[in-house]
Amino acid sequence: MSTGQRRLDIEEIGGVTVARFVDKKILDETNIQNIGNQLFALVDEDGRKKIVLDFSIVEYLSSAALGKLITMDKKVKAAKAKLRLCCIRPEIYEVFEITRLNKIFDIKATQEDALDGM
Amino acid sequence: MPSGVLSLPSGSCPDTMAVHEQFEIAIPSTTEAGQELLERICGKVESLESFSMKDSFGIRLALDEAIVNAIKHGNGFHPEKVVRVSCLIEDDLFRVEIEDQGPGFCLEDVPDPTEEENLERPCGRGIMLMRSFMTRIEYNETGNKVLLEKRPGVKPA
Repeated sequence: MSTGQRRLDIEEIGGVTVARFVDKKILDETNIQNIGNQLFALVDEDGRKKIVLDFSIVEYLSSAALGKLITMDKKVKAAKAKLRLCCIRPEIYEVFEITRLNKIFDIKATQEDALDGM
Repeated sequence: MPSGVLSLPSGSCPDTMAVHEQFEIAIPSTTEAGQELLERICGKVESLESFSMKDSFGIRLALDEAIVNAIKHGNGFHPEKVVRVSCLIEDDLFRVEIEDQGPGFCLEDVPDPTEEENLERPCGRGIMLMRSFMTRIEYNETGNKVLLEKRPGVKPA
């Protein structure tokens, strides 16, 4: 599997994997494939059990990217791991609300909130 | 034509109803060509004061969904198929029509992604996002051509 250019900054904080997106715009199909592969590898290959996805830098996100997040969520649940999302801008949070994905994902305002009790 | 009405060259229109961009183009069915077109159109919209940041956000999102749908689901990245796009940007109007050379689809066959049983499906949210962020969206009968329209500050009907 080719993961292409690294699209996530990974950091370990107190036993939790914090993955920060590096792209402002998650719209490009190729890019989204790479992001998906790198996200899935956190669970499938690395076997990480506690994951926080930090959206601080993300300004745009397409439905194809939402699809990857949903697949990620399924993988996390299957592996009995935990996933939280944090630092989502209001415009993007609205996208989660419109699609009702805010009901599926555990979304926290800040990274600190996301790490708390993980 | 009454006297006093001048035919102005592009870029020097009067302030009212200025046309900022108007073109028709056929692009190949590649992600790169799609993203290039997206940047061209959104760059123009974002440079205009009449479109708020929220308007521009919605336009970029909806336009990306429509272009990706045409290239990927419509034309299936086929090297010999093109996507035809016509674009008009005025002070108070953003309008694009995007047509692919695919077989089209039936809008009613697309399940509602917000229904409980569909929430975890990874696909099917693009059309819904376009509807949410545009003032008007219409498909032709075949389903291979979509019209997106946004009037700044006007919410969908």
